[in-house]
Amino acid sequence: MIKTDVVIIGSGPVGLFAVHQLGIVGLKAEVIDNLDKIGGQCIELYPDKPIYDIPALPKCTGKSLTDNLLEQIKPFKTNFHLSQRVESISREDNNWKITTNKKNIFLASNIIIAAGVGSFEPRKLQINEAEKFENKQIFYSIKDKTFFKNKKISIFGGGDSALDWAIELSKFSEVTLIHRRNEFRGVEHSSEIARGLEKEGKLKIKTPFSINSIEGEDKINAITIKNEDEKIEKISTDYILGFFGLIMKLGPIAEWGLNLDKKTIPVNTNNFQTNKEGIFAIGDICSYPGKFKLILSGFHEGALAARACFKLARPNEKYRFEFTTTSKTLQSRLGLKKSD
Amino acid sequence: MPKITYIEYGGKSHTIDVANELTVMEGAVQNDIPGIDADCGGACACATCHVYVDKKWFNKLPKAEEAEIDMLDVAFEPKKFSRLGCQISVTDELDGLVVKMPSKQA
Repeated sequence: MIKTDVVIIGSGPVGLFAVHQLGIVGLKAEVIDNLDKIGGQCIELYPDKPIYDIPALPKCTGKSLTDNLLEQIKPFKTNFHLSQRVESISREDNNWKITTNKKNIFLASNIIIAAGVGSFEPRKLQINEAEKFENKQIFYSIKDKTFFKNKKISIFGGGDSALDWAIELSKFSEVTLIHRRNEFRGVEHSSEIARGLEKEGKLKIKTPFSINSIEGEDKINAITIKNEDEKIEKISTDYILGFFGLIMKLGPIAEWGLNLDKKTIPVNTNNFQTNKEGIFAIGDICSYPGKFKLILSGFHEGALAARACFKLARPNEKYRFEFTTTSKTLQSRLGLKKSD
Repeated sequence: MPKITYIEYGGKSHTIDVANELTVMEGAVQNDIPGIDADCGGACACATCHVYVDKKWFNKLPKAEEAEIDMLDVAFEPKKFSRLGCQISVTDELDGLVVKMPSKQA
């Protein structure tokens, strides 16, 4: 179990700046994110897209914004717990107990939810029986490729993951790559390799096809695929791999007893607290009259929430408002020496 | 103002005025029309404003750019006349446009 002052759910720009604001007031934070990397939508959706409305940064990208924020919070030596989703929260004495799907447990006086539109999860095959076979014969990621050795594999998708795994697994398995249009969107080099393997008879490619049905009662033995003209083909299959990218889902947050408005959490604008004491929501996931889904608004929300966290984490201390330009205390928290 | 008709998956139809230069997605979101999620807010990054454009209208729209076509791959049940609402800017020429929503966005 990890004890801390604040658990931040979500490592997007707003969650990262909340780390900074908490650090400034002397609070420790632990950050949890379901992605395998830090940065949230900025890294997953638009690492290279330009952003023009961050104050004092005329132009940056999702990646450079994330890198800069990481640099800015370096003094606070924050732990990131990636590739895991917060499943449940409960009250324990004066703290919140936070449990992730990897069974990591945190105890904190405050939770800041900076989860954007929810956690990133793999988009799944949209066919009724698919759920029944998930993690048995249908997978959306690969942990151990030898598991698929000498099997019949049907891979769906047109991006880099689909192409890379089709190429890799075709070395020792019978692979069919199925994509809904003729062009692949992965890097050109990979689609050339895949087309080359197809010519050599080492990889089957079926385009433009999508899944039509799964055959087999307790065990998948084949699938059928169809194209726009309703032409149907059957493919003998042991395992199905789907690489359709990621989608954002609110997930378990909806079950924590927080007030919800569509996919957002209503907060008050004094400190961005939700209907539960010690749980705050900032960034895209929070809503209040006049809310704008801008990164800069999320920074402001985090600054206020951090001060409110202080009151609950340090009930016997008085919060003093100070500036980083002049306060020796803040400068020492930032790791600055006199000569800096 | 151009009129755009949004038809929910269940068949319920909404015809509304959408100002020029707004997108088909924004027209729906600003008027609380169900069936368009627009999770990423219009960055062509999530495919949750996916619509089926009426056949008669599909070829009258400016062609989709590559980023949109790529993103449509990950939409829920993309078809021949699929587009992303956030990538269709409303103009006077689109007065009367009809789009249908998929059964769900994700």
